[in-house]
Amino acid sequence: MAVEEKEMPWVGRSVKRKEDDRFVRGGGNYLDDIRLANMLHMAILRSPFAHARIESIDTSAAEAVEGVVAVVTGELLAEHKLAWMPTLSGDTQAVLATDKVRFQGQEVACVVATDPYVAHDALELIDVEYEPLPVVVDPKKAVEDGAPIIRDDKEDQKDNRIYHWEAGDKESTDRAFSEADVVVELDTHYPRSHPAPLECCGCIADVNPATSKTMIYMTSQAPHAIRTVFALVTGLPEQNIQIISPDIGGGFGNKVPVYPGYVVATAASLLIGQPVKWIEDRTGNLASTGFARDFHMHGELALKQDGTMLGLRVGMLSDQGYAYADAQPSKFKAGLFHVVTGSYDMPAAHVVTDGAYTNKAPGGVAYRCSFRITEASFLIERLVQNAAYELGMEPVELRRRNFVRPEQFPYTSVTGFVYDSGEYAKALDVALEKSGYEQLRAEQERLRAEGRLLGIGVASFTEAVGAGPSRDYDILGIKMFDSAELRIHPTGKAILKLGVKSQGQGHETTFAQIVAGELGIPPEDVTVQEGDTDNTPYGLGTYASRSTPTGGAATAVVARKLRDKAKQIAAHTLEVSADDLEWEGDRFYVKGAPEQAATIQDIAFAAYTNHPQGMEAGLEGVTYYDPPNLTYPFGTYVVAVEVDAQTGEWKVRKVVAVDDCGVRINPMIVEGQIMGGLTEGFAMSAMQQITFDEDGNCMGSNFIDYLLPTAWETPTFELHATVTPSPHHPIGAKGVGESATVGSPAAFANAVVDALAHLGVRNIDMPLTSGKVWEAMQQARSS
Amino acid sequence: MENKTISVTVNGGSKASEVEPRRLLVHWIREALGLTGTHVGCDTSSCGACTVLLDGTPVKSCTMFAVQADGREVTTVEGLQQGGKLHPVQEGFKEEHGLQCGFCTPGMMLLGAALLEENPDPSEEDVRWAISGNLCRCTGYQNIVKSVQWAARKAASEQSGVNA
Amino acid sequence: MFPRSFDYLAPESMDDALSMLAEHGEDAKVLAGGQSLIPLMKLRFAAPDYIIDINRIPDLGSMHENGSLSVGALVRTHDIERSELIKDRYPAMAAAAPLISDPLVRNLGTVVGSLCHADPQGDWASVMLAMNAEIVCRTGESQRRIPVAEFVQGPFTTSLEPNEIATEVNIPDPGADTYGTYMKLERKVGDFASVGVAIHLSFDGPRVERAGIGLTAVGPANIKATEAEQLLTGAELDGGTIARAADLCAEAADPHSDLRGSADYKRAMVRVFVSRALSAATAGKAA
Repeated sequence: MAVEEKEMPWVGRSVKRKEDDRFVRGGGNYLDDIRLANMLHMAILRSPFAHARIESIDTSAAEAVEGVVAVVTGELLAEHKLAWMPTLSGDTQAVLATDKVRFQGQEVACVVATDPYVAHDALELIDVEYEPLPVVVDPKKAVEDGAPIIRDDKEDQKDNRIYHWEAGDKESTDRAFSEADVVVELDTHYPRSHPAPLECCGCIADVNPATSKTMIYMTSQAPHAIRTVFALVTGLPEQNIQIISPDIGGGFGNKVPVYPGYVVATAASLLIGQPVKWIEDRTGNLASTGFARDFHMHGELALKQDGTMLGLRVGMLSDQGYAYADAQPSKFKAGLFHVVTGSYDMPAAHVVTDGAYTNKAPGGVAYRCSFRITEASFLIERLVQNAAYELGMEPVELRRRNFVRPEQFPYTSVTGFVYDSGEYAKALDVALEKSGYEQLRAEQERLRAEGRLLGIGVASFTEAVGAGPSRDYDILGIKMFDSAELRIHPTGKAILKLGVKSQGQGHETTFAQIVAGELGIPPEDVTVQEGDTDNTPYGLGTYASRSTPTGGAATAVVARKLRDKAKQIAAHTLEVSADDLEWEGDRFYVKGAPEQAATIQDIAFAAYTNHPQGMEAGLEGVTYYDPPNLTYPFGTYVVAVEVDAQTGEWKVRKVVAVDDCGVRINPMIVEGQIMGGLTEGFAMSAMQQITFDEDGNCMGSNFIDYLLPTAWETPTFELHATVTPSPHHPIGAKGVGESATVGSPAAFANAVVDALAHLGVRNIDMPLTSGKVWEAMQQARSS
Repeated sequence: MENKTISVTVNGGSKASEVEPRRLLVHWIREALGLTGTHVGCDTSSCGACTVLLDGTPVKSCTMFAVQADGREVTTVEGLQQGGKLHPVQEGFKEEHGLQCGFCTPGMMLLGAALLEENPDPSEEDVRWAISGNLCRCTGYQNIVKSVQWAARKAASEQSGVNA
Repeated sequence: MFPRSFDYLAPESMDDALSMLAEHGEDAKVLAGGQSLIPLMKLRFAAPDYIIDINRIPDLGSMHENGSLSVGALVRTHDIERSELIKDRYPAMAAAAPLISDPLVRNLGTVVGSLCHADPQGDWASVMLAMNAEIVCRTGESQRRIPVAEFVQGPFTTSLEPNEIATEVNIPDPGADTYGTYMKLERKVGDFASVGVAIHLSFDGPRVERAGIGLTAVGPANIKATEAEQLLTGAELDGGTIARAADLCAEAADPHSDLRGSADYKRAMVRVFVSRALSAATAGKAA
C-alpha cells in the first residue's frame, strides 16, 4: 500500500500536512501569540442599547486609572476623519459612534492601557449618557412607511431600504406559472448565524513614529485587499502599510471584512507611537462582527403534473443590520443568491431581492459560502422536496427528472450562470446506493406503522465558486483575480508565494503538491508563503472557495511558465534542440535517449550557474490568474434522522455525502473540508442562531446561548466522490471548502420534515429545535 | 490588592512568580511563561481551547485563577512531547488529519492523552464523550476521534514492542 | 474575560475559613470548584473583594455513608460520576452527574457549590429535592442543617447567611429497594437544562414507600413536586397512577416560553419525563 502511494502522482495523493508539525507542538503563531516591545492593549466599550442617541461621553475617570494611556472616542476619530469607514459592499459604517448607536454591541469608545485587565477596569469607568430611540428589529417592519429611519446619517437615505435587485425574467416566468399544473410555495427564514471561528478577530498595529512604517498584524482572510482599503481610509501611503496575517484560527468568512477594532488600534498606535494590540472577546465577536444569512425567503415552483419544472419565482428580503457590509461583487447586490435554480434545467426564473436596514450588527458575511449561495441552495432543495410531496412523487425522482443533463454543459442558466461541468445524476446514484436509500424508505414505512418517525432528506446541490472572472467579480472595484509567485533556488528548492491566505485549509501542503505535480519538486522542498502584503503578490484572499480555482490555477500556470524556461535551459545543458526534449515527472530527457536527462534540480542549478547567453538568469516567475469562469462543484447528500414523537428531539442516523469537486489535489484535505462543512450544515439546521428580543437585545452573544455542536451531537459522516473535472481550470479542480455547508442544511431540514410529512408537516424553519418540531407535530395532530 | 507568589510545576519544571490574584491561569501560562500553545476561544468556559492538565486531570485554565495552581502540576501542549519525541496523540493528529486551523488542537490532544491514561483502548463513543467539553469548528470531530484511536494503537504497539 | 481585583485568602482549616468569612462577610465569596463563580467574575457580574479558597482545607473532599450519605464541599461532580457507591445506592445522583455541564467542568465543579449557586437551571438541586437532602452549614460557633427545599429560595438565592459555609450535603438513606433517575432535555450536550426531572423512589414490596420528585428549569427555582410525591407514596405504580403523577408534576411546573420552547412544550416534557421514569421504575419492579 505504502509503495503504491509513493508511485502515485503528486496531485491526487493524500500527502500528510506540512503545517501540522508546528501546530501539534503548540507552536502555531496566532495573532494573540505575537508580542512586541512596549505593546499596549486595547479594549472596546460597547453600546448596551440597540438604538440610542449619545448625549455625552465622560472619559475622565477612565483616563485617571493608572496604566491607561489613552481613551479613544468617536469624537477624537472624527477630528482625523476616521469616525466612519467604508464597508466592502460600498456602504459606510461607524468606527466609533458619534451621533447615535444603531445596534446593541456597537463600538462606542476604546481604552488603550499597559495591560488588558487594566483596560477593562477603565472601561467600567467610562460614563456614557444615552437617550434610547425606537428600535427596529423586523426587516419587514423596517421597510414599511413611517418606520424610524436608521441611517439618518446618510443624506439621501429616506427609508430603511438598501437595495432592490432582480435577476431572471419576470414575463417568461409569469407565463410559465400560468401554464403550470402545480405550484408549490414555501416561506422560510434562513436564520441569522455566525461563523464563529474558534479564534476571535484581532490585530496588533505598530506605527513606527520614526519611519512612518505601519505594520499591522491582523486576523485577515484577505490582507492585500484590506491594505488597499486601509490606505484609502487613512490616507497613509500604501507602500508604508504592511499587513501580516499570521496563523489564523479559522475564518469561515468572519475574517474578511474590515472591523472598527482594526481601525481604532491603528489610529491609536499612530497617535501614541507604540504598538497596540486588540483581541476581540467572544461577546464582541458574536455581537458585532461578521454575522451571516438572515434571509427571509419566499419561493414558488411551477411544475407540470409529470414533475417537469417550468419556472421558479423567488422573493427575498435580507436583514442586513444597520450597515450593508457583505463582502461581495458590486454587480450583484444579493451576492450569488440568483443561482437559486440549483441543479435543475429551469426554463424560467425571476428572483427579486431587497435589502433592509435594522438595528442589528452590520453584515452579513458569506459564512463558509460563495456570496449567499447557501441560502439559495437551501431554498430550492426545500422547495423540490415539498413539490415531490405535492405531486406524490419520490423526491429523488423529481430531482433526477429535472437535472441539467451532462450533454447540456456548458449550461447557461436563466439567471445568467454558465455551469462548467456536472454529472448530477451520477452523484445522486452513488448517494442512493451508498445510503441504502431504498431500504431506508422501506424501514420508514415499517417504523411509521409502529408510531416511530424516521425521516430521509436529500439535497442535490450545485455551487458556483472561485470568483473571478474579473469582468463580473470585484470587491470595492478591485478585480477578483489571484496570484502566485514561484522561485526555484539553485539547489532545486522552491518558495511559492500566494495572494490567498489559509485559515486551516492546508494551503502549505496542497499548493506545494500542485508545484510538485507540475515540476516534480517534492512538496517538502516547496515552502508556501502567504499573508504578508510586502512579500507576496497581490491577491484577493481566501473565501468563496476561491483559493484552488484562482490561487491554485495561478500556481499551475506559473509552474508551467518555469517549465518552459527550464526546457530552454535543459536544451542548453544537454546540448540538444528544445524540440528534441520530452518532459516526464521531474525531468526533461532527449527523445529516444531517456538516459540523457536533466532533472528539475539540475536545471535549477544551471539556471544560476550555466544559463544560456542571452537568457535571463534564475528560475522564477509570477502569474496573475483571471479565471475564465466560476467552477461549479456539486453533489448529493442523504441524511436519515429519527424524531422522538413525544419530545421532538431528533437524532441523525446516517449521513452519506457524495461530492464532486473535480480533480482532488489532496483527497485527505478535501474530505477534511467536507466533514467540517457537513458539521456546520448540521449545526445550522439543529442549533445555531442569533436572535433579538423586541428591544434589539442580542440573544446569542456567547457560546452558552449561541450553540455550536460538540463531538457528541455531531454525526459520523460517510463520504464518497465522483470526479468531473472543470474544463477550464488548469488541473481540472473546483473549490470544495464550502460545498458541504452549502448543500447539507437542506438535507438535514428535509430529513426532519420528511419524518413528519405524513402528518402534513411541510416546513419548520431552521434551526429545527425540539421545541419547534414538537409544536409542528402538535399542530399537525390537531388539524 | 496583594500579589501572591506561586510555585507551579509546569511541564516538569518548577516555575515561580509573583502574580495578581485575579490573573486567570491561562493568562499566566501564556503571558508569564510565554507558553502560547494554550489558547483562549471564549469568555464563558464553553470552548476548551484553554485546556491544560492539572495534576493529570483536564481542566479549563480560563476558569481557574493562577493562584489556585500554587503547589500543583500543570501540563500544557508544550509538555506533551518527551525529549523531542512526539506523544502518540501528537503523531495521531498528524496521521489522521485531526486538525485544520490548529486552534482547538492543543486542548483536544491533552484530552486525548488524559483519556488514554485511563482507557488505553477507547471506542469512538468514549472519545466523543471525553472531548465533548471542547469545540472544534473545522474538522467535524471525526478525524479527531480517529487521531486519538490511532494514538491508542500506536501506544499499544510500543508497549508490546517493549514487552517483546 | 478579565475579573476585577480581589484579595485571595487560602485558609488551611475550616476554623480559619470561618473567621475570615466572619470578618469579610458579604464582601467575600467562598471558592470551591469555581465553575460557576469564576465565569461570573470574568464577565464582572460578580466582583467580590475577597476570595476565600477552601480547596486547601483537608477532608472536605470526602464522601461517606453512615446512616446517611455525606458529600463534602469539595466533592466534585466527577467524583460522583465514577463512584461505585453512588451507582449502587443513589441512582438519581448517578444519572444526573454525567449530564451536568461538560467533562472538564465536572472535574472541578462541586455538588455543594452548585447547590449554593442556586441557578434555577441547575440540576443538583432537583436531585437533592427528590432525595430530601439537607445542607450542613457552619458558622464560627454553630452548625445547622437546612433541608434543600428551604435552602434554595429563588433564582441564585439561598438561605445561607453571609458568615456561613456550606460544608456538606447530607442525603438520607434511600432504603434497600430503590429506583432513581434524572432526565434532562437539553439542546446539546453540556447545555443548561431546558427541562429536568429527578425522581427517587423507595419501595416496600410493590408499593412506593417514599417518593421524591424535583423539577429543573421550569420555575424561578427548582420545584419539589409535593402533590405528586404524596400521590405516589403508598401507591402501586399502575398506568393510572403514573399518568396522574405526571399530570400533577406538569401542573406543578411553572415554565416560561423562550428560545428553548414554549411553556406548553416544557410542561408537556415534564409530563413525558415523569411518565417515562415511572414506567421504567415499574418495568424494574416487573423484572
